[in-house]
Amino acid sequence: MSVQSSVEVHTEWGIVSARQAGRNLAKEIGFGSVDQARVTTAISELARNIYLYAEKGEIIIETIEQYHSSGAKKGIKITAKDRGPGIKNIREVMEDGFTTSGGLGAGLPGVKRLMDDFDIDSVVGEGTVITAVKWLR
Amino acid sequence: MHAAVLEMIYNQRNEIKENWSEKMTLVRNDVFKEKVPKTLFQDTNEEFAALIFNSFDAELEDGRAFLRSFAEKLIRMGWPLSYFTKGMQTFRRVVLESISSGSEIPSKKMYETFYEIEEWVDEMVNQLVDEYSGSWETTLHQQRLALKELSAPLIPVFDNISVMPLIGTIDTERAKLIMENLLDGIIEHRSQVVLIDITGVPVVDTMVAHHIIQASEAVRLVGAECILVGIRPEIAQTIVNLGIDLGKFPTKSSLRKGIETGMELTKRQIINV
Repeated sequence: MSVQSSVEVHTEWGIVSARQAGRNLAKEIGFGSVDQARVTTAISELARNIYLYAEKGEIIIETIEQYHSSGAKKGIKITAKDRGPGIKNIREVMEDGFTTSGGLGAGLPGVKRLMDDFDIDSVVGEGTVITAVKWLR
Repeated sequence: MHAAVLEMIYNQRNEIKENWSEKMTLVRNDVFKEKVPKTLFQDTNEEFAALIFNSFDAELEDGRAFLRSFAEKLIRMGWPLSYFTKGMQTFRRVVLESISSGSEIPSKKMYETFYEIEEWVDEMVNQLVDEYSGSWETTLHQQRLALKELSAPLIPVFDNISVMPLIGTIDTERAKLIMENLLDGIIEHRSQVVLIDITGVPVVDTMVAHHIIQASEAVRLVGAECILVGIRPEIAQTIVNLGIDLGKFPTKSSLRKGIETGMELTKRQIINV
């Protein structure tokens, strides 16, 4: 069972609604205010990357569950999908301070630090899929 | 419109109106989900029907004026546009049905008649849509202006000390306004210290931080000092996680602490008397 919401991002307002959806879901699952802020900020970074580099794409936010011997743990999973130009050198974009847009260059490495699991899949000329998970403690 | 058609509609007006009113109850269920009181709905239907029939008799300009005042009234009441468009569509269907069932119009002229009625209904629908979208556009425009006025105010609180309280999401356009208002305000109020209060900013991501850093850098260039206040604990943690370096300019947790620092910087202090 997973709650899922998908937000299309092609304007700056899309970033705001993706963020809102993420914050609501994080609150529902039971994240504290600090983790809510982390999830929301991570969504904001990913959505802004879509808007800046790929122009349009979507953010999918869902709840996930994982079973262990000690019990189940719940989490929130963010998937950012686009059919933009793709990332040439993933090692480079994960470096702090690397930027092609004149920004701070803290976006993707920042998202990795904000979340628990992080994964990039990108093909040049085809698009990028980034997934990030935050587990409820 | 052809006199014969007009006469036919006129002769059957009661029948048409009854049919129409009956079909409009379906529209009521569809559009309003029965949230509108039945009597109010019937009264409005009555007025709508009168308006439609009037539009045959009245001169063109008069008809438009009637339609406009009716539309304005319903816009104020918050009725949706679909009430109008569905109403007109239903009316067209009813009229066409009664024409095709009657024998007054020779079948050769049927197509022409249909065409004329179509044209007349479309004309009215177009005008209604114009009225509605015009009113939306005006509202949107006014709200955008109001929002712009509210988006980046710089308030002089003491001599040489000003505050810019920011509430809500910061996008590119707003970031530009923040920068402009800051710099203009500093010159105008001769501020030495400006406090940017981000208590009301829900998310500080790298872009927002970048804009704030740029703004404070520009403030430094015009010879003033910028203090960032109102950093909530969770925002502080996300800023650290993101790895944003805000070490270059002073930050304080609350506006009050910021004002105290501002006082110190301008060599003053607040004392109890």
